[in-house]
Order: sequence, then structure tokens, then C-alpha cells
Amino acid sequence: MQTRRVVITGMGAVSPYGAGSEVLWNGLTNNICTIKPLDPVHMSGLHFKNASLVPEINSKIIPRELRRAMSPMSVYAVLSAWEALAQAGLSLDDLPPNLGVCASSTLGSAQALEDFFREYIQTNDIESVRSTVFFKVMSHSVASNIAMACGLDGPLLAPCAACASGLLSIGMAYENIALGKEDYMLAGAADEFHILTSATFDRLGAASHEENPLIASRPFDKERDGLVIGEGAGVLFLESLESAQKRNATILAEISAFTTQCSSKSIASPDVNTMQMCMSKTLKNASLNVEDIDYVNAHATATLAGDLAEAKAIEALFGNHVPVSSLKGYMGHTLAASGALEMIASIYMLQEGLIVPNHNLQNPDPACAHLNLLQKTEKKQLKHIIKNSFALGGVYAALILSSYASSTKVS
Amino acid sequence: MDISRIIEITNTALEVEFELDPKKLVPEAHIRDDLGLDSLDIVDMVIVLEKAFQIKLTNKKELSTLFTLGDIYGFLETIRDSNIDQE
Repeated sequence: MQTRRVVITGMGAVSPYGAGSEVLWNGLTNNICTIKPLDPVHMSGLHFKNASLVPEINSKIIPRELRRAMSPMSVYAVLSAWEALAQAGLSLDDLPPNLGVCASSTLGSAQALEDFFREYIQTNDIESVRSTVFFKVMSHSVASNIAMACGLDGPLLAPCAACASGLLSIGMAYENIALGKEDYMLAGAADEFHILTSATFDRLGAASHEENPLIASRPFDKERDGLVIGEGAGVLFLESLESAQKRNATILAEISAFTTQCSSKSIASPDVNTMQMCMSKTLKNASLNVEDIDYVNAHATATLAGDLAEAKAIEALFGNHVPVSSLKGYMGHTLAASGALEMIASIYMLQEGLIVPNHNLQNPDPACAHLNLLQKTEKKQLKHIIKNSFALGGVYAALILSSYASSTKVS
Repeated sequence: MDISRIIEITNTALEVEFELDPKKLVPEAHIRDDLGLDSLDIVDMVIVLEKAFQIKLTNKKELSTLFTLGDIYGFLETIRDSNIDQE
């Protein structure tokens, strides 16, 4: 199948480090952990102790008439989208025609839903419910709010798939451009903290019960005891190589392939074979071999089963040569946003020629230790990175991010 | 409740809810054209006024005849008077 080359020319982030891609990168490279003790009011009946929340940001730069339909996740997503457009050299007043968005979240705002039902159940009356509640609750809230706040007129896609939402959104936007359907798209994902998602992982036995926030998220470590929930957003501006060249845009990186697979073996438990198949198919789609991959950016969320399954899948495909790290030890699991935020970090790694190591990896789990699990920063010229994202519900995704040969100004 | 108190409560409620410039809150201000409120805001305006005055306004047919802040002040004054009459 004839496809077009797709490049990334803009990126934006709101992460537990704060607003801005640079802030995210500086936090990671300065080895800062964003996980903090959770307000005890959130914790009744639950066992997890910590969370990785976005610090206070100025949401009022978004006009009220747009902001009224946004829960925090959409605020994060819109600020990220604006940053991505600005980096791509595009002004909100002069966007190219038919610009679309592919963006998602784990679910619509659980807080808005909770507020609605709290009122409804207590009063049996909906007359005091604000007009904009539904716009926060709907599953495509993040994509819609990006579209409204940027004034888009192209396609609006919202491939919600829990923790794989970010990579799935970027992957679907990539495919739309590669296949020639679109010339450019905004793509990413966002999530906000709510007790529902935290409690879900707690009930599944997948949330960390560690008291000390600084060591609560320990991907691949022998002492890991589960994940820590985070929140945030990441948005990329993707366009065809022709479009970027025509605009004389600065190319940050190229997407070489994307694959998503499902496994029907379990709705909750990870499937090693599907993980491996997903990565293998992505390599094939990019016409690359295992030795071409310089680094694996793992999904690894610090759960016992998930990290082990991914380690086995990576080992089966790549052996013990390729460096592997997960960024969840720094900022917990930002759920839908994780794939997008980790993509942004991976783009910086390509550009800077260094790999951010695993955080809190003191004693690698012997069952995972056959991998080259980085425990300190590694300087290395990177050409191809494979990025994994997996989700409850049997969703698996992998994407290959490549350096663009002349990744400064394209003539 | 006298009209000055009604104006004060109304303006405070609308200023907070819709982040309006208090200088724009004058009786002749048109709700849509001058204050920039749209159909979604007007649904919410009814809710915040109900809360501020502890009254029920939903389904009042007079709501569709209110165009300016002055119209709202007058309408609320009538409602308050009729509530007091009923009491």
C-alpha cells in the first residue's frame, strides 16, 4: 500500500510537572518525581496513598465561553493543543483549512458525572444542573473542546481506549495522514484524576499501597507493588512530509509505523503474545528489523503482572540488547495522557541523543532482569524508538518514532 | 426586599457566574448583545438567580420576554412581591 511520510512539527503538554513540553522534559531530566501524598479526604475505604496531579495552572487564559464546557482534562488538552500549534508555527487566527483532531481520554469527566448524579439522587430534581454538564461527560469531550478552542473544521475523532488512548489517537491521526485522507491533524489525549479510576485499579489489586510517594511507582523493580494514578495531557501536531516541507516547518521527528491489536484472552490481564505481536507487526510495517531499534519506551506501569508481561514480550523480540525504560516512575500513570506525554519525552530523547532511565529501579525484578533496563541516563544517538501503550479491555498499541534525517529546517 | 438589594444580588450572581466586568452591569445592558450571554448561559443564569434569591423561576413564561438587565430586575421584583403576597 502506498503511504505518505508523516512527521511531527509541534508538541504541547500539561503534565504533573506543570504546563509546557519543556517543563516536562526538564522535570524528567532533572530526575524529579511528581508523586505526592493524596488528600486523605479522597482515600476513605481505599488503600492507595498517593497521586501525581497537575499543579495549579492558569486556566483563565481560555475564554469563559469555551471553558464552561471543559472539565480539567479538556483544559489540559486545550493548553497542550495551543502549545503544539504555536510550536508548529501556526496561529489560531490563520489555521490551515480542514484541520482535524484525533484526541481522547479514558472516559468523560467522572467528576462531572458524579456531580450530576449527586444532585439528582439527593433532590430527585435536575433543574439546578448546569447546561454544560453533558459537554464534560461525553466521551469525545477532549476532542470536541480542542476543536472548539482552536476553531477546527476538519474531522473530529475520539478513539477512547483507556490507557492506550494517547498512542491510539496519535496512531490513528498518523494513519489518516499516511493514507492521504488528511494533510495534518492535532492528536493526543488527556485525563484528570478521579477516585473512579484509582479505585478501579485498587480493586483489581494493581494500585500501589506504598506510603512513601517518592518510591511508590517502581516499574520493573522487585519491590514494585502497583501503579500510581496521574493526570495531564499531551498533544502533537502531525502533518505529511510534503505539508511540512511546503510550510518550511521545523520537523521534530517522524512516525514510521503504528499498530494496534486486541487480545480477547482477558479483559484485565496482560497478554504477552499480543504485546510481542503488536511490536513485531509495527517493525514489519516500518520495514525495520529488531536491531534497528535503539530504545524501547515501555508502557510498564509498575504493576506486577503488566511489567512482567511486557518484559517477556520485549525480551522475546529484542533479546537483552536494546535499552528499555518506563517513565511511570517519575510521574505515575497518567492514563490516557501517558502515551502522548511519553511520545513527547521520546521526541526530546531523539533530539537530545539521551535516554531517560527508569526511576526508582533499585533492584530489578529477576524475572525482568534479562532486559537492558536503564538505571542511569544513557547518551546515545537514536534513530528509531518503539513506544508501547496497553490498556484494560484488551487493547495493545505500538508506534515507531524515528529521527528525521535532516531534522532542522527543511529546504 | 427593595430594588437596590435585588440589583446588588443579581449583579453579584451574574458577575461571578459569567466573569463579567461589573462596569457593564447597568440596567440598559442587553443580556446577549452587551453581556455576551448565549442560550446555554441563559439556562445557567436562571439557575444562579434561583439560588441567589431562593425562588423557582424555571417554566416562568415571562423569562422569554427578558432582554436587558433592567428587565430582569423588574421581573425579580414582581416575583418577590408576588411571593410575599402569597405568604
